[in-house]
Amino acid sequence: MDSYRDFFLYPGWLLVGFLTVSCSQDSTQSNPASSPPEVAQANYPHNNSTSPAWLEANEDGQWAMPAKNYASTRYSGLEQINRDNVKNLKLAWTFSTGLTPGHEAAPVFVNDTLYVVTPYPNTVYALSLDGSKKWEYKPGTHQESQGMACCDVVNRGLVHADGKLFFNTLDNHAIALEAATGKELWKTKVGDLKRGETMTMAPLVVKGKMLVGNSGGEMGVRGWLKALDTETGELLWTAYSTGPDKEVLIGEDFRPFYPQDQGKDLGANSWPPEMWKIGGGTVWGWLSYDPELDLVYYGTGNPGPWNPDFRPGDNKWTLTVFARRPDDGSAIWAYQVEPHDLYDYDGVNESLLLDLPVNGEQRKVLVRPERNGHVYVMDRASGEVLSANTYVPVNVTEGVDLKTGQMRKVKDKQPGTNRTVHNICPAAPGGKDWQPSAYSPRTGLIYMPHNNLCMDMHGMQANYIAGTPYVGSDVKMFAGPGGHRGVYTAWDPVAGRKVWSIKEDFPVWSGTVATAGDIVFYGTMDRWFKALDAKTGKLLWKYRVGSGIVGQPVTFQDKDGKQYVAIFSGVGGWSGAIVSGGLDARDGTAALGFANAMKDLPQHTDKGGQLYVFSL
Amino acid sequence: MFSPFSKSAAALSLPVAALSLLLLSGCEDQAALRNAENPPSPPVNRVAEFGPGTEDAVLKPHPYMDNRHAINEGKRLYGWFNCAGCHANGGGGMGPPLIDKHWIYGSEPAQIFASIMEGRPNGMPAFHGKIPEQEAWKIVAYVRSLGGLDKDLPAGASSRPLQDEAESDLREGETP
Repeated sequence: MDSYRDFFLYPGWLLVGFLTVSCSQDSTQSNPASSPPEVAQANYPHNNSTSPAWLEANEDGQWAMPAKNYASTRYSGLEQINRDNVKNLKLAWTFSTGLTPGHEAAPVFVNDTLYVVTPYPNTVYALSLDGSKKWEYKPGTHQESQGMACCDVVNRGLVHADGKLFFNTLDNHAIALEAATGKELWKTKVGDLKRGETMTMAPLVVKGKMLVGNSGGEMGVRGWLKALDTETGELLWTAYSTGPDKEVLIGEDFRPFYPQDQGKDLGANSWPPEMWKIGGGTVWGWLSYDPELDLVYYGTGNPGPWNPDFRPGDNKWTLTVFARRPDDGSAIWAYQVEPHDLYDYDGVNESLLLDLPVNGEQRKVLVRPERNGHVYVMDRASGEVLSANTYVPVNVTEGVDLKTGQMRKVKDKQPGTNRTVHNICPAAPGGKDWQPSAYSPRTGLIYMPHNNLCMDMHGMQANYIAGTPYVGSDVKMFAGPGGHRGVYTAWDPVAGRKVWSIKEDFPVWSGTVATAGDIVFYGTMDRWFKALDAKTGKLLWKYRVGSGIVGQPVTFQDKDGKQYVAIFSGVGGWSGAIVSGGLDARDGTAALGFANAMKDLPQHTDKGGQLYVFSL
Repeated sequence: MFSPFSKSAAALSLPVAALSLLLLSGCEDQAALRNAENPPSPPVNRVAEFGPGTEDAVLKPHPYMDNRHAINEGKRLYGWFNCAGCHANGGGGMGPPLIDKHWIYGSEPAQIFASIMEGRPNGMPAFHGKIPEQEAWKIVAYVRSLGGLDKDLPAGASSRPLQDEAESDLREGETP
């Protein structure tokens, strides 16, 4: 450990480090801020993918949950703003939150009211469409929770259902408000700060239940998904991600597709004794729901600590996709995307529920762009992997064996205690982190905002002290091949390949939305909000906002039929912590190594949250 | 060499009492620890520059000022007690950086000691009851060396390249 630390302190190496930095800056300068699209084909045949048949086809003009619908397509049927007139899009109004952490939340729009939840302290605002404030609600989030959140004190959004708003606070409270007035209906404590738990995810409301999960995979937290009664806030069930079957809610109905996921109490037996109790598998990402199959889908986060030498075994059920019954939480199938994670490749990304042809047969699938750099297409009834192709450069694995569902890992890329592995691609935030993608049934394409990052990783001692980090790893990230750090990719989920992509200088850490106007929106960390042609990737419109964008764009229609687009600006999150947290990137291991790749971000943006609303 | 199950053996270099405290108190309430009997000597933790017509309080002397051995020990303890988990190798993360010139709660040894032992309201946990006082002072020595505040430096550092660059303070907003 010491010799490695000295490696960083030694002036000669520092000189090399500075030279490397200047080289990478040169290479980014030679890249334009964003590239013209690399278009494979401008007029390609439709791939015959569709949204699930149960998804309401008629557009209601609302946006009631961050994912827009249970299939998580983030697609709006509105077309007043379209590729011909989006160039005329104008700012309608803005609203400042007065807060400086990363603003990752999706605004929600129901009955001519826009609702937003801020990062810590998690204030909720209800805004009229002229920008005036209807009400606000401050939950009194505990100040010390700020010290428990690994990657900025973000919140990813609230949900509107049946006249109520549902959201989580950083200090582990699930809250329901009356949407009309902001009156608190109930508030339930579901996690424990003293154990390092926090909450940043947007809940999903299914069949009268609010489904919530915890964050804290870097703090030795044990992951869970909980269901609360939407009327009373009462805890109905808890499904842990690790531990014996009865606590993971694995019972008689459990039918995992692959042999490696079958067996008794794997969530405990695949760990060194007792380590599953602090083993991670947190549930801080996205949930989807298929009402026809009556299954909730979500993935679990990284095992702890990052240093894999501390946890020999498969470390189930981390990096696992679960399908559960919402009524009692019972697991129907599970698929561990990667046993014994080596690189912090959390499996929490969104599951897009689509129907698409596989070998000529229409299948009900879920599509998951994973951190590990592959887009998985899985049968959502059985958990079978149908395809898994790479969307970013990957050098630590050699593909998924579709017969066994197992990832082929490259042996000499395994980090460990006192061992440094250079040039791991993708880096810890993965080919894509939490930033959710969208699907347009009109083009048949998935639109993915994502990263192009690699890293060096060094394992070291990790001590568990409750409420403090449990990582045991020094990381330094840098731009992947090509020198750009972000990409916006249009992906054909049937062919399993890219159709076009845009290179961005910084990681594309915003969400995205696709519309029937055949346009897609996303934001960049260097403060551009952009609209592209969904078919070709051509840039049609852009607007310079006040701070870098890590939020999720949404679109909706007022009762007079006018269409709007809304997005938070306010840089932060893991990628933007260098700005929002005022970090010092002369230490490249700052922000768990992300700061090393973002040294020039402060030249492009300062912090500060603001909601932007656009219309024609 | 090292295996995850020899943690306790590796820990023998720490006082045994500290180790058992560390293991036993892992899940205890930090607020309760703060209110425990035998609190540490109360440090001065004034944050404002000026007081109401008083002289500056006399700060407790730092027992390990400019002590190279203590700084090296402090570096090891900084890793052992997970300081690096939040503050990285000085650049920060969940917690603020320690290599820049911005000290939210003061850079005096007693102020850093207070930050470690008593915690700070925006998320710095209180380590009182987890880190023995003498060890905490060694961490203070190392943290000050990271910030370029003391004369001596950890082994292997023959200059202060990080601190020389610190002229332009990256942080802004609050002033100490």
